[in-house]
Amino acid sequence: MSHFEIDEPGKRVLLMGNEAIARGALEAGVDFCSGYPGNPASEILEALARAAKKSDFHVEWSVNEIVALETAGAAASTGLRALTAMKNLGADVCADFLMTVNLSGTRGGFVLVTGDDPSAHSTTSELDTRNYARLADVPLLEPATTQEAKDMTKWAFDLSQELGVICMVRTVTRISHSRGVVTLGPLDRDKRSAEFSSQDLWTSGSSTIECMFHSILHEKLKRAQEKFEESKFNWYVGKENADFIIITSGTGWLYSLEAVKLLGLENEVGILKLGTTWPLPEKLVASHLKHAKEVLFVEETDPFLEQNMKILAAELASEGVGPIRFYGKKSNHVRGEFGAGTGELNVDVVIRALTEIGKAAYLSREKGYSEKAEKLLGSYVPARSMGFCAGCPHRASFWAIKKAAKWDGRDAIVTGDIGCYSLGMLPTGFSVSKTLHCMGAGIGTANGFGNLREFGLDKPVIAIAGDSTFYHACMPALVNARWNGSNILFVVLDNNTTAMTGHQPHPGTGVNALGDSSPRILIEDICEAIGAEVRICDPFDLEKSVQNLYELLQNEGVKVMIFRHECPLAFPKEKKARVYVDQDKCLGEECGCVKFCTRVFGCPGNIWDYEKGKAKIDEVMCNGCGLCAKICPAGAIIVEEVT
Amino acid sequence: MKLEKEGLLNTIITGVGGQGNVVASQIFASAAVRDGFYVSVGETYGAAQRGGAVMSHVRLSRETQYGSLTPEGRAHVIVGFEPVECLRTVGGFGNKKTRVIVNPRPVYPIDVLSGASKYPAVEEVLKAIKELVYSIHMVEATELAKKAGDPIMQNVVMVGCLAGSGFAPVKVETLKEVVKETFAKKRPEANLKAFELGVEQIRRKKPL
Repeated sequence: MSHFEIDEPGKRVLLMGNEAIARGALEAGVDFCSGYPGNPASEILEALARAAKKSDFHVEWSVNEIVALETAGAAASTGLRALTAMKNLGADVCADFLMTVNLSGTRGGFVLVTGDDPSAHSTTSELDTRNYARLADVPLLEPATTQEAKDMTKWAFDLSQELGVICMVRTVTRISHSRGVVTLGPLDRDKRSAEFSSQDLWTSGSSTIECMFHSILHEKLKRAQEKFEESKFNWYVGKENADFIIITSGTGWLYSLEAVKLLGLENEVGILKLGTTWPLPEKLVASHLKHAKEVLFVEETDPFLEQNMKILAAELASEGVGPIRFYGKKSNHVRGEFGAGTGELNVDVVIRALTEIGKAAYLSREKGYSEKAEKLLGSYVPARSMGFCAGCPHRASFWAIKKAAKWDGRDAIVTGDIGCYSLGMLPTGFSVSKTLHCMGAGIGTANGFGNLREFGLDKPVIAIAGDSTFYHACMPALVNARWNGSNILFVVLDNNTTAMTGHQPHPGTGVNALGDSSPRILIEDICEAIGAEVRICDPFDLEKSVQNLYELLQNEGVKVMIFRHECPLAFPKEKKARVYVDQDKCLGEECGCVKFCTRVFGCPGNIWDYEKGKAKIDEVMCNGCGLCAKICPAGAIIVEEVT
Repeated sequence: MKLEKEGLLNTIITGVGGQGNVVASQIFASAAVRDGFYVSVGETYGAAQRGGAVMSHVRLSRETQYGSLTPEGRAHVIVGFEPVECLRTVGGFGNKKTRVIVNPRPVYPIDVLSGASKYPAVEEVLKAIKELVYSIHMVEATELAKKAGDPIMQNVVMVGCLAGSGFAPVKVETLKEVVKETFAKKRPEANLKAFELGVEQIRRKKPL
């Protein structure tokens, strides 16, 4: 339904922020795109891959973010236009290369898009990647609308190419995963050729050469700053020469505008909206700090503008700027539920800041409404924790791990990793996993836990990772475990897709980003080559799964258990088995199992029939996996294969 | 519903991951763009595939683009795919002028299945919603979707209800067009039937 690739300049279409970024890249004539799936950035590459099916440019899901940035960097060094997209934590993975490719520079336009996730809706950190732009001394753009997401991405290529340095575009969940109206521009179909000869050098240098490149980078940043002073992505609205101004970027712009409108402060307050946020357009900012007595900063996550502008204000003090009273994260006026610098922004956060400063009074609803609503919600609205989908093979895998660890009886330590199976920490995964950090940290930390025998920690260690995560970040740690003699059992949950982020392919799926067939790199081949003992089992074969795990736990060294079963959402069955409860057989509340199927198993397909006091299957939810039939002690759950 | 008064119409579609929230909001928003509105849609995807609560904010304006999140208590219309989620959203975004359309079929949270918490009687939930808003229409959308061929199409039935209700200034014909395009390759007749059953049902139904 998306219109992001049509060639109709001037047409207004509804685009998701991520599609708008992809569209910007198409309008810039991007030649080479790479990335690794991660919310909220996944759809950028997905959209580009759809477009690349019909047109002649390169799109790849890379094995991880640093490889993605390196492949794109190489393309850009030959004069091509290249884009890499990733989630916020992906920026950590690629930071090593970023901190050198900033120095070596680029010939073609080279753009890094990072998707931050304030409130951590779908990630494990609220990390603010704007700090990387400052750390790496590279230009940074922050779109405030879907339209800007497109326009800025396009401009980032021009800017990068002109300055010869990588440019960053920072988006957030509420830009990336929002939809808005975008006016399309013309597509660029110019074909560039890649050039790299034996005369070329592409390096950050070292010693004095590095220092020279470092100084050149600072010069490039100064030129970026000059351009930012004139940028159409920065503007000021509201009262001329206002005493009170809001300085904002990204989503903060529309939130601030609406808050000011709702409070009726349009004629009193000025808003300086910035799209180019590193380096700061200092002259433009200074021109507004000069008339301000009070400044409120509205920005997502860290006090990035706030801190940089306070430095600027200090420098301007000798020119008669100030004293200014600053409000924002430091003053605790802009804060989320858990305090300043946490949680995402919204209109209400801005309204609260303005009312607490004393600019206006505001009541969102009639007096007493919110209290009444809260009371009704308290009585009637149960929490809704996340859980594995009906028919998810992870439920079976975690059940098997729980059971095998119990049989083993030595209080195994289970380390978790990033993916749908992160939920293994919650009741849906029987609270089996005990650790969760970043991609690959499950097996990485297991290396440590598995090598502490001499310090008195002598327990079995089980590390868990998914298939996509295996390729992304687990291989070095697996090699390390074998090399340094860690005693670990590594369980790979192979569902043949990158499920968490929307079912992208990975090196084991046999297809690439475009859906074309590609060599299949098997997890077992890699593990065996490292010298691990490897077993493979379908987790729905519960008995065999538990037996295998138990046996592996008794063996010394590096063991790998691959639980292989396709994600039913990515590979829906044409004909699902019909699963139902024979309520004559179900002993109901009298059964010694104490509602085992619903109480412990937690599949949304297993519900309780309160009228009859018996178990029941919600056939709308049920995916027909039949796993519950295997755990019902009364054998009351019937699986009827449909032929 | 007259949009002109505030210059803005905030609709929130709320439910549980897997119920087709995103598709529903996309159909509604695309139709609104076609009818000439500025549209912003805010969605929370994180929990979408894993049974978590999901909300789509669709904000229409004739004049300007708004941010993608509705402020507290400022929803004009709330479309609930699930009763408890509907109440949760009303609590945060409803007011005494809000109009609600709700599918009363519960999707039990894992916490309820496990016995850690209780799912209230649906009538009580509907009563609580009624206390907080201007009007509430209850539509057995899952049952209607079954009639159209598959219970999963309850989201399309609910889009039909929104279309037929007249609560939003988007033309029924435009919505129908977009439904057709959206499902051109995926059971087009059944989805269109689901949409039409929704339109018909809401027109016949009186509020609770």
